[in-house]
Amino acid sequence: MTSFTPTEMMTIAAARALTNDDVCFVGIGAPSAACNLARLTHAPDITLIYESGTIGTAPNVLPLSIGDGELCETALCTVSVPEMFRYWLQGGRITIGFLGGAQIDRFGNLNTTVVGSYEKPKVRLPGGGGAPEIAISCREIFITMKQSNRGFVEKLDFVTSLGHGKGGTDRADHGVTTKGPTRLITDLAIWQPDAETKEFTVTSLHPGVTREMVADTVGWKARFAAEVGETPAPTQEELEVLRDLHARTKAAHGGGSDA
Amino acid sequence: MAKIQSLHDAVAENIHDGDSVAFEGFTHLIPHAAAHEVIRQGRKDLTVIRMTPDMIYDQLIGMGCVKKLIFSFAGNPGVGLLRRLRDAVENGWPHPIEIEEHSHAAMANAYEAGASGLPCAIFRGYRGAELTRVNPNIRFVKCPFTGEELAAVPALRPDVTVIHAQRADRKGNVLLEGIVGVQKEAVLAARRAIVTVEEIVDDLASPSPNACILPSWTVTSVVKVPGGAHPSYVQGVYPRDNAAYIEWDKIASDRDNFLTWMTQNVTNAGPDVFAGRVAPLLKTGDA
Repeated sequence: MTSFTPTEMMTIAAARALTNDDVCFVGIGAPSAACNLARLTHAPDITLIYESGTIGTAPNVLPLSIGDGELCETALCTVSVPEMFRYWLQGGRITIGFLGGAQIDRFGNLNTTVVGSYEKPKVRLPGGGGAPEIAISCREIFITMKQSNRGFVEKLDFVTSLGHGKGGTDRADHGVTTKGPTRLITDLAIWQPDAETKEFTVTSLHPGVTREMVADTVGWKARFAAEVGETPAPTQEELEVLRDLHARTKAAHGGGSDA
Repeated sequence: MAKIQSLHDAVAENIHDGDSVAFEGFTHLIPHAAAHEVIRQGRKDLTVIRMTPDMIYDQLIGMGCVKKLIFSFAGNPGVGLLRRLRDAVENGWPHPIEIEEHSHAAMANAYEAGASGLPCAIFRGYRGAELTRVNPNIRFVKCPFTGEELAAVPALRPDVTVIHAQRADRKGNVLLEGIVGVQKEAVLAARRAIVTVEEIVDDLASPSPNACILPSWTVTSVVKVPGGAHPSYVQGVYPRDNAAYIEWDKIASDRDNFLTWMTQNVTNAGPDVFAGRVAPLLKTGDA
């Protein structure tokens, strides 16, 4: 078996969660790598949409920003940003929204706004962008983030976008009818919400990862499903396609890409 | 009818201290040259509006032109955070600024409401999002037909919208293509509009009857500034100068470096430097 990094495992596990029929709202960074890997492997007809207005885009290299020319040049069509948010997102056309963040809690609520208080922040982060409405309008949400005690916190400093709220029926109690976060794919594991409490529980550990490694990198008491599987290791094809994509991206942007 | 004039005159006639100004663009077609002219002319107390404030907002804020920022995502695309914005918000340098923060959907809807002549925008949004706690301009209304609770935000009606586009004709009709973002709505929502363009041509050569065109009578000033979006890009003309965005992170990380760079590249420069900046990037054959 070829060796692989935890980040590669994360991207590949996230890509596998997507199907050929999905219409996917893609964020920059790790989600973008996963969505394009899916398109270049098992889901050639997946529709990738970026919030800059590009529909059905097929970039040859990963975009550095959400509005790169590459996205427009390879798209089926490009619409205005108000149209994107009104007809395509709010209109209910998107099956999967792919989000990440600076902080996540056990219910998949996300923070990309501030570290510290809103009024006197320690770190002023970029803000929500499309996330508050992506989180409620897409039929389901996948989240991909690397595990760390700084990022996986007991309590968010700010709730930028709604996951399962306080758990249980809280999301529905906010008048939200979409499923919300159904999968959290990290560099160590795959997490899915408990049917009742909606708390993320580990359902699959990546190869070589222990329960302790997972528990030590989250700021809450990690829960595990009754049966925890092992994520299949990346195949040769998945690794080759992902590495080629990153190599093309690096050559095109002079080393500016992440994830 | 749009006046075709110099960048100096367009800014001097249309942008005044205390105005609300939207310099729009979504990674693509960012009006860098026009923002630099505003800085050179020393405008103060501006309320600046933008869905995705990036480098030019860092520059306007760091040079003390800004009283208030209305936005939905503030970052250096593909690089990281905006260091001058952070310094203003976290440390009050060069002076504290007011923040009115929204989501993209709210801003896009608010521009559309402004262009539509409506007082507010209504959409399904912000449910469970904490911005509702800190921004009193996010409210909720009940649909009179279904009872569904919907988000409402005030329409955006900037005093001035500033954008960059591929080209205009000699009457001042403007054509944009590629990622058109929210520019059409932002221009139609504004009281006055300045458009900088790569070229002014005899025939707009519209690629389709459905092309994104702003008729001359919706625009106040048209200014030819080749390269005026650099280091942003212009679809079909020049690519994004990614290295300049990465470099900006270093420049903006230190107050003195920032001020030195601004003096050399903005205060002591003029709009004609932009053509030289894109010369090595120009697309000759196919895009």
